[in-house]
Amino acid sequence: MSDLVNLTIDDVAVSVPKGTMLIEAAKQAGVLVPHYCYHPSLPSPAVCRMCLVEVEKAPKLLPACVTAAAEGQVVNVHSPQAEKARESVLEFLLINHPLDCPICDQAGECELQDYVFQEGRAGTRYSDYAKRYNPVEDFGPDVLYVPNRCILCTRCVRFMEDVAKTPVLNVSERGDRAYIGIDPGQRLEHPWSGNVVDLCPVGSLISKDFLHKARAWDLDKTASICPGCTQGCNMMIDTRDGAVVRLRPRANLEVNRHFMCDVGRSDYRWMNRGDRAEVPLVRDGQRLVPTDWDAAAERLAALVQSAGRVVVLASGRASLESLGWVRRLLEGRQVTAAIKVPLGDEAPLAGVPDLALRKERVPNLDGARLAGYDASWADAIGRLDGASLVVLLDVELMDAELDRAARAEALVALTTLDDERLKGATLLLPVTSMVEEHGTYVNRSLRVQRYVQAKAAPGMARAAWWIAAEAWALGEPGRSAPDTAAAAFARLSETIPTLGGMTYGDLGLTGRVADAAARSAAR
Amino acid sequence: MGFPHPSHPKETVLLSKHFGEPGARSFAGWTERGGYQALKKALGMTPEAIIEELKASGLRGRGGAGFPTGLKWSFMPKGDGKPHYLCCNADESEPGTFKDREIMRWTPHALIEGCAIACHAIGAEVCYIYIRGEFTDPLQVMEQAVAEAYGNGALGGNAFGSGKRIEIVLFRGAGAYICGEETALMNSLEGKRGNPRIKPPFPAAAGVFGMPTTINNVETLAAVPHIINRGAVWYKALCLGNPKSTGTKLFSVCGHVLKPGNYEVTLGFPMKELIYDLAGGMRPGRTLKAVIPGGSSVPIMNRAEAESALCDYEGIVEQGSMLGSAGFIVMDDSADIVYEVYRLAKFYAHESCAQCTQCREGTAWTTKILERILKGQGKPEDLDLLLELSDQMTGKTICVLSDSCAAPIVSGIKKFRSEFDAYLSRAKAPALASA
Amino acid sequence: MSSGSGAPVAHETAHEPVFAGKAKQRLEALYPKFPTKQACLLPALWIVQEERGWISPAAMAEVGELLGVTPAYVRGVVTFYTMYHTHPVGRHFIQVCTTSPCHLCGSDEVVKTLLKETGCGELGATSADGRFTVIEVECLGACGFATPIMIGNDFIESVTPDRVPGILAGYR
Repeated sequence: MSDLVNLTIDDVAVSVPKGTMLIEAAKQAGVLVPHYCYHPSLPSPAVCRMCLVEVEKAPKLLPACVTAAAEGQVVNVHSPQAEKARESVLEFLLINHPLDCPICDQAGECELQDYVFQEGRAGTRYSDYAKRYNPVEDFGPDVLYVPNRCILCTRCVRFMEDVAKTPVLNVSERGDRAYIGIDPGQRLEHPWSGNVVDLCPVGSLISKDFLHKARAWDLDKTASICPGCTQGCNMMIDTRDGAVVRLRPRANLEVNRHFMCDVGRSDYRWMNRGDRAEVPLVRDGQRLVPTDWDAAAERLAALVQSAGRVVVLASGRASLESLGWVRRLLEGRQVTAAIKVPLGDEAPLAGVPDLALRKERVPNLDGARLAGYDASWADAIGRLDGASLVVLLDVELMDAELDRAARAEALVALTTLDDERLKGATLLLPVTSMVEEHGTYVNRSLRVQRYVQAKAAPGMARAAWWIAAEAWALGEPGRSAPDTAAAAFARLSETIPTLGGMTYGDLGLTGRVADAAARSAAR
Repeated sequence: MGFPHPSHPKETVLLSKHFGEPGARSFAGWTERGGYQALKKALGMTPEAIIEELKASGLRGRGGAGFPTGLKWSFMPKGDGKPHYLCCNADESEPGTFKDREIMRWTPHALIEGCAIACHAIGAEVCYIYIRGEFTDPLQVMEQAVAEAYGNGALGGNAFGSGKRIEIVLFRGAGAYICGEETALMNSLEGKRGNPRIKPPFPAAAGVFGMPTTINNVETLAAVPHIINRGAVWYKALCLGNPKSTGTKLFSVCGHVLKPGNYEVTLGFPMKELIYDLAGGMRPGRTLKAVIPGGSSVPIMNRAEAESALCDYEGIVEQGSMLGSAGFIVMDDSADIVYEVYRLAKFYAHESCAQCTQCREGTAWTTKILERILKGQGKPEDLDLLLELSDQMTGKTICVLSDSCAAPIVSGIKKFRSEFDAYLSRAKAPALASA
Repeated sequence: MSSGSGAPVAHETAHEPVFAGKAKQRLEALYPKFPTKQACLLPALWIVQEERGWISPAAMAEVGELLGVTPAYVRGVVTFYTMYHTHPVGRHFIQVCTTSPCHLCGSDEVVKTLLKETGCGELGATSADGRFTVIEVECLGACGFATPIMIGNDFIESVTPDRVPGILAGYR
C-alpha cells in the first residue's frame, strides 16, 4: 500500500494509492465528480456517463469511476468539453423524466435536481414529443417504483444482486423502453432491501412509509446510532417539527458501509410516543407526589445509602453513560445488574463482510458488559426476591417480573413511559430516550460510537446518567456530578480499562474501537 | 463471386469460390475441393509460426474493425495455465452486410477449418460460434457440417491425430444487433443480457467466462486456411491499393443496383467499378446519389466520393468514410436520404442495449426529430440540434452503437442538406403521415 | 411492463414442466459444453420457445431453477432479446425486414401486401383465424436478397408483393 501515484486534478496536486479511481482521487482534491451509477459500495458499470472527465493526452473523455489514477496524469473535471458532456447527459436524462418535482418526495435531496441546477440547461428542447409513460409499481412491503422518473443508473439492481446477493430486480427490455423489473412472483422483502430507496439518486424508488410525509428541506438531520441490534449501524435521524419522520443510514466504512437493515430503518415510531413520564414522582405514603429534581436526587441518594442487596434491570438501549453512572451510584453495594436482550433472527447482508442484523436486538450489549452489567436476565429476575433495592432503567417488565420487583423494599423506576403498573414504585423518575439525549453505545466489535440528541426531552425528563450522577454526588462531600454527556463519558472511561481514557473528541462521529484505544493507552 | 450472379472476371474469387455449390457443404465435398489440407498443415506447425504467418499476411478483421488478425492472436497470454477460448462472431446484423451467411451456408467447412487453425494458434481447445438467431438456414448447415467434422476426426479430442483437442460449439443468438459487439457477444454467451463491457480488461486478458479470449469474424477465419495453404507472401501480394490492406474481401452490395450480391475483390479495388461494373450499375434512368460503404455505421459517401474511392481501409477513410464490414448500401437519385437516415436511426434506437445515457436516449430522440421532419413538422433549429446531439453521442459511450447512429446523421446533413431543407421549408411533401 | 404489482400471479392451469423427457435430455446435453450452467440460458430459452411457442413467467422460473439463476434474472435476459416471445403469438409468426437496404428495395409494399393477404390488418395484430402475426423487424442480414421475411423458423428471401399469396398458401 505504499505505492502512491501523483497526479493533478483541476490544478490541485494529489497523491493516492495505486489503483484508486479518478472519482475517488478527485475527492482528495476537493472535487466532486458528478455521477449517478457509481457508488463506493457497489461495483462500477460506468453506464450513466456523467463522470466523464478530460485527461490530458487521452483522445476521448474518460469515465472517472473506472479510470485508475496514473503517475503524472493531468485531469480536468471542469474543462469546457467535460462540462458540455455533462450538460448533455443531463439533457438526455431529462427528456423522458417527468416534471414531478412538485409531487416527488426526492425534491430537495435529488441528485438530478442538484446537478441540473449546477450544470444543466435552463430549458428543454424536447417540447414536441411525448415522454415515455409507465404506471407506478408496488415492488413490495415498503418500496414503490416510479418508472417514469427512473434514470436507469441500475444501482438498485446491483445492490440486490451484488450486495444483498438476492437478484430479485433486473433491467427489462432494451433501449429507451428499458425499465427496472422485479421477479414476477416476488416482492422486495429482503431484510436490507430498503437501501435501494437511499441508493436511488432520484425519486424513482421511494418509501411508502415516507410517502408525502415531509419535504427534505423541512427536515432536521441528526447523526445517531441505530438502537436495533449490536451491529451499531450509523444512522441519520430526520425530524420535522420535533417528530422523527425517517431514519436513514449514515456512512461508516468500518461498521455498516452505506447501509442499514429494514428492521432498524422502520423502527422509529416508538421515538414519537406521547405517553411519557414527564415529572419526577416520589412516594408519600400511598401516593406518588410530584417533586423537583433536587428532592428526587436526595431521595434517591438516601435510598442507595440505606440499601442492602441491589438488583438493577436495565434496557439494552440505555447509553453507556447511563448504565455506567447508575452502576457507579451503587458502588459498594451488593449488586446484580442485567440488561434485557430480546432476540431475533440474524439477517446478514451477504455482500458486506461482518454486516448483519444481529440476533441480540440491543445496541449496547458490550457497553453494558463494560459497565458491569454481567448477570443474565434470568439470574437477575431470580434475585429479585428479597432484594433491598430494585432499580429499573427504562426497561419494560412482564407483569410477573414487575410483581416480584415491586416486593422489594424499595423500587426506583427510571422510565421513559408513563406506565400504570409502576405506580407502586418508591421513586418514579422520567428519563430521556436515546433520541432525546447525547450518549454512546458500544457495538459488538467494541466500537464506541456517539449518538447526538435529535429531539427535545419531554417535560422534565433528564438523561438517566444525570440523575444517577446527581445522586452519586450527594453520597460524599467533595463530589461533583458531570454536567455534560461528554464529561459523564470521560469520567467513566477513566475507570473502565477497556475504554482507556477515551473522550468524545476521540470518538468523532464515526466512533473508535475500544480495544485499540486500550492498547495504545497501555503503551 | 457475386452470388447469386455468376462470377465476374474482375473478381478475385477465394472465399466465395464455391458459393452456390451444394456439394461444397459436405465434408467429402469440401475435402474434394482441397479443404482441410490447411488444418492438417497447421497442426504440424507451432502456434508461434502460425501467428507469424498471419501477421505477415496483413489479414485484418473483416467484421468491421479492421484490426490486424495476427497481432490480435499474439495478445493471447502464453503459458498462463488458463483455458483459452476462440469466439467466432457470426452475429452478422449490420445493415447492408450479408456475407457471413453465405460463407456459412455454402462453405461451412471453410469456417470450421479456419476456427480450428485459430484454436491451435491461440492455445484454445474450445471455439464458440455465435450465430444470430435469425440465421436458421446457416445454423442448420453448420450443425450438419460440425457433426461431419467430428465424425471425420477433424474436430474432437484428437484433431486429425495430432493429439490436440479442438471443440466447436454452435451458439444461437436471439435477436440483438448489439451482440455483434465483441464484449456484448461474450456476455450473451455467458447467459446474460447482451451488454457491452468496459475495456480494460480486454478479451485477451479476461474475456468469455473471465478467461483469455480471441474473437474473430466469420470472413476473417474463413481466410485463414488460404493463408496457411499458400503462404503470407502470396496473400500480402493481393493488394491493389494501400499496402496495409491486403487480401480479398467480400463486398455485400445491395440497394439500388441491378445485380445485388457478394462480390469478392482484392482490397484496393476501385469502388466505381464495383458498383457500375460488378454490381451491374444503376437501374435504367437512374444516377448514383449516395453509398454507405461500411454497413450503415459509417458516414454516407456522395457520388463524387464513391466514384473516386479505392475499396480498402485507408482508401475509404481518405474519402471521408470507413470500410467497416463492406456492406455497400447503394442509393440512386430516387432515394430519400432523409428517410433512410431516419430509418437507420430507428434501427439504432431499437438495438440500443440501454446502458449508456447518450445512446439510450439519444438514438430515440434523434429518431423522433427525423420522424417529425419527415412528417412535415420540422423546425429550422432541428438540424443544428441533430448535429449537436450527434456530437454528444460520439466518443462518450461504452461501445460505438451511439457513434454509429450519429455517423449517417452528420454526414447526411453535411452532404445532402438540401434534402433536409426541402422538408423543413415544406417544399417537399411529408413522407410520413402524422398520427 | 413487469408483473410486479405485488399480488401473486394467478395461474389458470398449473405449469407443466417444459424440461421433461426429450427436452430435458437436450438441455442436459448442453451442460458439458460450457463451464457454467448459466451459459445454457439462451439455449434453454430456445428449447422452451420451441416446445411451447412462447416463454411464460412459470417457464422462466423453471429455467431459472434449473440453471441456478433467479426468475428476475431470466426475465431480464428474455426481454432483452427480441426473438423470445413473452406472450402467445399467431401460429405462424411473420417477421419482415424494413431497415434501409430493404426499404430501398420496396419492403414497404411487401409489408402492405402481407398485412392484407394474412388478414392481420395491422402490424403486431394476430389474424382472426389465429394463423398469422406480422411484425416489422430490423436487418435480417439478407440485404442482397431483398426483401427477406421469416415465417417461424423459415427464412424466405427475395420476397416481392406478387410472391406473397403463394408463400402464405404454404402455411395453414
